Amino acid sequence: MNLNERTTTAAGRAIGDVVLAVEGVSLAFGGVKALTEVSFDVREHEVRAIIGPNGAGKSSMLNVINGVYRPQHGRITYLGRTHGHMDPHDAAARGIARTFQSLALFKGMSVLENMLAGRNLMMKTNIFLQALRIGPALREETEHRKRVEEIIDFLEIQHVRKTPVGRLPYGLQKRVDLGRALAAEPKVLLLDEPMAGMNVEEKQDMSRFILDVNDEFGTTIVLIEHDMGVVMDLSDRVVVLDYGRKIADGTPDEVRASQAVIDAYLGVKH
Amino acid sequence: MIYRETGQFKTTYASDQQLFPILQDRIFVIGFLVFAFGVMPFIGSEYLFRAILIPFLILSLAAIGLNILVGYCGQVSLGTGAFMAIGAYSAYNLAVRVPDLNLVVVLLLAGVFATVVGVLFGIPSLRIKGFYLAVATLAAQFFVDWLFARVKWFTNDSSSGNVSAPPLEVFGYGIDTPAQRYLFVLAFVCVFALMARNLVRGAIGRSWMATRDMDVAAEVIGIRPMMAKLSAFAVSSFIVGVAGALWAFVYLGSWEPLAFDVNRSFQLLFMVIIGGLGSILGSFLGAAFIVILPLMLNQLPGWLGIPLSTAMISHIEFMVFGALIVFFLIVEPRGLARLWAIGKEKLRLWPFPH
Amino acid sequence: MNANNSRNMVGAFFVLLALGAGSPMIFGEARFPQWLEVILGGLMSGVLYSLVAIGLVLIFKASGVFNFAQGAMVLFAALSLVRLMEKMPLIVALAVTVVIMVGVAWLIERLVLRRLVNQDPIVLFMATLGIAYFLDGFGQTVWGSDIYTLNVGMPKEPKILLESTFEGGILVSMEDVYAAVIAATLVALLALFFQKTATGRALRAVADDHQAAQSIGIPLNRIWVIVWSVAGIVALVAGVIWGSKLGVQFSLQLVALKALPVVILGGFTSIPGAIIGGLIIGLGEKISEVYLGPLLGGGIENWFAYVLALVFLLFRPEGLFGERHIDRV
Repeated sequence: MNLNERTTTAAGRAIGDVVLAVEGVSLAFGGVKALTEVSFDVREHEVRAIIGPNGAGKSSMLNVINGVYRPQHGRITYLGRTHGHMDPHDAAARGIARTFQSLALFKGMSVLENMLAGRNLMMKTNIFLQALRIGPALREETEHRKRVEEIIDFLEIQHVRKTPVGRLPYGLQKRVDLGRALAAEPKVLLLDEPMAGMNVEEKQDMSRFILDVNDEFGTTIVLIEHDMGVVMDLSDRVVVLDYGRKIADGTPDEVRASQAVIDAYLGVKH
Repeated sequence: MIYRETGQFKTTYASDQQLFPILQDRIFVIGFLVFAFGVMPFIGSEYLFRAILIPFLILSLAAIGLNILVGYCGQVSLGTGAFMAIGAYSAYNLAVRVPDLNLVVVLLLAGVFATVVGVLFGIPSLRIKGFYLAVATLAAQFFVDWLFARVKWFTNDSSSGNVSAPPLEVFGYGIDTPAQRYLFVLAFVCVFALMARNLVRGAIGRSWMATRDMDVAAEVIGIRPMMAKLSAFAVSSFIVGVAGALWAFVYLGSWEPLAFDVNRSFQLLFMVIIGGLGSILGSFLGAAFIVILPLMLNQLPGWLGIPLSTAMISHIEFMVFGALIVFFLIVEPRGLARLWAIGKEKLRLWPFPH
Repeated sequence: MNANNSRNMVGAFFVLLALGAGSPMIFGEARFPQWLEVILGGLMSGVLYSLVAIGLVLIFKASGVFNFAQGAMVLFAALSLVRLMEKMPLIVALAVTVVIMVGVAWLIERLVLRRLVNQDPIVLFMATLGIAYFLDGFGQTVWGSDIYTLNVGMPKEPKILLESTFEGGILVSMEDVYAAVIAATLVALLALFFQKTATGRALRAVADDHQAAQSIGIPLNRIWVIVWSVAGIVALVAGVIWGSKLGVQFSLQLVALKALPVVILGGFTSIPGAIIGGLIIGLGEKISEVYLGPLLGGGIENWFAYVLALVFLLFRPEGLFGERHIDRV
């Protein structure tokens, strides 16, 4: 075990065993190689950042993890089971949730409805009971509403809970995206540039939310982000991708000092 | 001033999630239902029931079914007429071949037949989207048209496909007079509308809307777009099938396949567009609009003092429909239901301007 | 239209032809001339479907709108021509009708398209549905709703060919042959227009990429008026041919509805696809009606085209020529 590896998160929670591992993942679209032989692991309760210059394949990596893309080679091991490819539905059922770079919110629904949709996997009553909305169906709706309201409180979006998301400003939409992912009470949360397009204040708020999620619920977080300050402050370990390959893997300090990473960002040919 | 929510605080989620959270709305709806069930049967004229209320109610029901498919789940269907036909002819066959079956059971079973076929035609929707799906549903429409016209078994060997419903009675009560038919249909529509409303605000409704808005994201949060689409087709076809059976048995009395042709499909689609996609209330408003408009146009020669032939009136009807569709799509794509909601918003502020 | 797709289409066409050739053997008919007549008949009606489909493809290529009103435009054009011909000679009536169709195109762009610019495709589709109904009602209000005979000088007598080779000869409708020739000429003219003229090039640019075209100064609004006008003229030609054959009446619109399966087969953006798709549908319809009809009771023509389109869609959800759609998340 590397002496520099953290054993506790920034907040003091113990980092556990490997919960998610990708091995030798390669992904290509036609002739374009998005990922080449990428391997890394993620430990329970940690905040793992994936960084790299634009086009490095970071979003593709997240898409592979939760099954939206099928890699040509490689394996993903999650919670002890190994697959060549995971069905997105399975990934969701087994506790992986994510946000999207381009905000895949359901524009026709309100904030509350979007977040309740995030809990869809937990809603089990059959269609007839739902139609009559009595007994188990009603109880279930109310129960889930309660949980979602807790998350709404946490994200401080009470005032817009019934507004259709299409009408919200960008910063709030990002929070709803996070809220919908949180509503699923995931074990692993994949965040794809959660702070894109935000100003300093909004970034501080979002960082606080992310840290609180990791702290209070112990959720493992895999985070793509461009803002170096954020990454260094929030994450326990960092993976660096460039042109689809992994060029560094370690603590923020290690990565910051790595020559390969410096070259990649400065655009030095390597 | 009257329509204020001040003082109405919700202390439980259950009360916040009820169907009509605002007290004034509840009073209005209850009053309306009391009037519809308790007063109207006695004061309404035969013409009112036969020509306006009964067709309006049954078409609203069909529109609710179509709205679930198109408005809530985003699957375009131009084959609604075919599903009404399946409901109608299933009900006919059941009534004729199993004569002792209760009328309500007949109607519900007719819906089940329509559901089975609906799910079958929903399977292509898993791969086909948008206009392609619309054309695929036209395949259903024309095929079913042909089926009921040519395959004699369905129509009990009638030569032209023309059949008549048996006299109606339920639990020993006859349903002959217009007022009785009106009550029968009203009861069906109220129950179905309530159940539809519950479905769309529950988990399954959210899965429909998620699939409509972004099916890739829906899949990622654990909703199976396949199940969502098939369930939308199933529920929609069930409601449309029952509406078709009601249309045939209660409104028409005797009918032929032409009653459910592609024009009927378009008519229902117009109701849903004009009334408001993704709104149960909108289905009612759209149906009301489309039922009342021709009647108003029929009065046009009288108002304008110019004699117009019935053919001419139907042409003008087409023009008005077409223009209104375009108008609504440009000005208020969310239809009459949205206008209604805006009206209510203004009412909350009244008499203040803002 | 890439090489692979065109191979598919041509292959499908010949398979169908072979089926048509084989079916007499299967069903016991051994009269060569009869099936040749069926095939020719099918091809002819296929040509007419293609004509309507070409209008659809034109509009879709240039404005991304699926024009449900194409059928109504066919009827409207035919109606206008027929009624105008009662008052003026054919050439003048034709010219006036062309002006009318251009006017219609201009109004549609001005009143409808311009205001629905960034909407969902499904909204635009429903708008064309509204336009279809409006044109329908308007046409019949202004011009009347009787059945009108359209006589543009096309020969009505069928000719009997190849009497020496086959006993009884082959019955060929000269009208259909003229129609095919006119359609072919139209396609050739369109091809010339698109390839050789500046406007044609501009149209192709717009079809490729709206924004890029705009950024090099091509006025989108004017392009749309031009495209809808051309589609209107195509509709007129289709209306003349169909109307001459069937008489100008409301059912013309139902016939035009069949163009929808044609564009599904041929793809929304390919004129050659529309042609071959139309031929396949026309041929398939005729063959199934003649040989399957007696078994199933007739009326197959009503649904064959749509069911065929449905079956194709099950294997190729984007149509035979469509582009693969990759959802980006």
